[in-house]
Amino acid sequence: MDFLSKNLSYLLAGVSVGGQYALIAIGYTMVYGILRLINFAHGDIFTVAALILVYSTTILPLYIAIPLVLVATVALGYIVERVAYKPLRSAPRMSIMISAIGVSYLLQNLALYITGGLAQTYPAIPIISESIKIGPATTKVVTVVTPVLTIILVIVLMWLINHTKVGMAMRAVANDFETSRLMGIKVDNVISVTFVIGSFLAAVGSLLYFTNYASVVPTSGAMPGLKAFVAAVFGGIGSIPGAVIGAFIIGICENIIKGLGWTTFSDAFTFALLIVVLIVKPTGLFGEKATDKV
Amino acid sequence: MSKRKNTIISALLLLALFGFILILERMLPPTHIALTVLKKSCIYALVAVSMNLLNGFTGLFSLGQAGFMLIGAYTYGILTIPVEARASVYMYYGGGIIQFAVPVAVGILAAGITAAAFAWLIGLPVLRLKSDYLAIATLGFAEIIRAVFMWDKLGVLTNGSNLLRKFPTFSSVTFPFIVAGCCIAVMVLIINSSYGRAFKAIRDDEIAAEAMGINLAKHKRMAFCISSFFAGVGGALLAMYQTSIQANTFKSAMTYEILLIVVIGGLGSVTGSCIASFLFIACSEWWLRFLDAEMYIGDFKVPLLRSGFRKVVFAVIIMIIVLFYRRGIMGNKEFSVEGICNFFKKRFGRKKEAAS
Repeated sequence: MDFLSKNLSYLLAGVSVGGQYALIAIGYTMVYGILRLINFAHGDIFTVAALILVYSTTILPLYIAIPLVLVATVALGYIVERVAYKPLRSAPRMSIMISAIGVSYLLQNLALYITGGLAQTYPAIPIISESIKIGPATTKVVTVVTPVLTIILVIVLMWLINHTKVGMAMRAVANDFETSRLMGIKVDNVISVTFVIGSFLAAVGSLLYFTNYASVVPTSGAMPGLKAFVAAVFGGIGSIPGAVIGAFIIGICENIIKGLGWTTFSDAFTFALLIVVLIVKPTGLFGEKATDKV
Repeated sequence: MSKRKNTIISALLLLALFGFILILERMLPPTHIALTVLKKSCIYALVAVSMNLLNGFTGLFSLGQAGFMLIGAYTYGILTIPVEARASVYMYYGGGIIQFAVPVAVGILAAGITAAAFAWLIGLPVLRLKSDYLAIATLGFAEIIRAVFMWDKLGVLTNGSNLLRKFPTFSSVTFPFIVAGCCIAVMVLIINSSYGRAFKAIRDDEIAAEAMGINLAKHKRMAFCISSFFAGVGGALLAMYQTSIQANTFKSAMTYEILLIVVIGGLGSVTGSCIASFLFIACSEWWLRFLDAEMYIGDFKVPLLRSGFRKVVFAVIIMIIVLFYRRGIMGNKEFSVEGICNFFKKRFGRKKEAAS
């Protein structure tokens, strides 16, 4: 009990960060499930969402700015897919991955240009930025909101995938690209929908994630992006519940490591976990059986 | 043209290039941007070729180059800081535990060997993975290495998150040119040897290569170690160029830059990587500089031009290359006089046909 009360704040932070990683990880896992592409630009889309909020709140009230961020991020995800990934659909997998790295480079440099290289102060979002006391620990409301919101969004997403027509099309495309095209599914549209959903969740994740931080720099999305990818691999790439559980585990472990005073290794731990998972159980926790990974 | 004649011409061209650089160095003031670009592009060419050896010739998509460069840079720094300077460099760690210094050449060699040794260890688990999983695992290892080198418990060796400095550096362009040139020459020899053919066979078809009696695990590990060795040497050179070492500069962004150089030059072309690294460094540091300054045409202020714009333009150019010229400058061919002749012959011949 003593341990719990001492480390409660770390645990809470872990759950919260885990939820935010989960929202990013879903974008990775869905795109990978369909295109077999590690979307390196996803972390940068996450950063851009934060920067859009920073700039839009300077001229707009928050209740317009937040929907604007969601719409703009979705549009960005859609455009990136159309411009950078669609022309390479029949190219080798390596080319499309290099294109993703190129997009990431472009978005980072664009962000650097627009911000002028200065850290931008992230605006406080009312309600979720306020402090709250849970037992002996004091945190922000966002810590409590994140896991709840994450779980609600995941349930909605699962319903969308399992019980709607577009969800069925997504499952079909993920299963077999060519055959689903023969069955009359508009594969390009399905892929666009995937990117739209992924970007939307990344935008929500960005709103929650940066509330815990004072400022945004053009590269601040890279690390959470990579960690979310690890979470997606850990949970079994292509599986949405897997990605969510993986993200929560990584978020909690990372913060416990920070609590133990090993902050330098909190990032390294994530990658060590990735390598262990890839070697011991390459399909991840909930991954599909058939695999060509190893 | 016979093979031998080709080799002689290439050697002469290289000598001419070397002579040109020597003359350039005499003519220009030592702080001129062209010399800086040349120094940096020599180093990047070395690292890009080492990455090409792995990604372009062996088909192992690795993103760990920055990590191996970091190992090389640190090894060089730790071993070559003069004994009398150690107290001031390691001021937070009681002067460090190593109290000797080795000559520069030994330091550079040690940098490569250490990087190769790490690569061997990392390769044991990682090389079993394929394509994008290998990429993400090597990227992860690079991050782990960075965290380990910044760990303050190892501060007596690595100086924690503080700078390593006061090690011997170079001031002339000839030094990195010769070192990088020799290393690239060795890599070309490896690529043209029977090992290199085995690497290419693995790239083209693993199963067929295995059926032909190529030991996959052994050759993959060998390619990984060789590539890391030269990345380590490149890291040491980069440390000398920057005159200080900090783990935070060797981020994954550096690996991405090198990967983009390799792609621009053409996966599987050594000369392509060299040309591309010169163009990449020259564009990002020199030729596109004017985009960063405000410009007036008469009274009209050209919009968009301000600090950072050159990088945006540059990134757009890279995206265009990645999307529309996927084969890069050289494709998988090598630069040769014969190739140039053929190119012009084709052009010229076509014109003649059109005229008649």
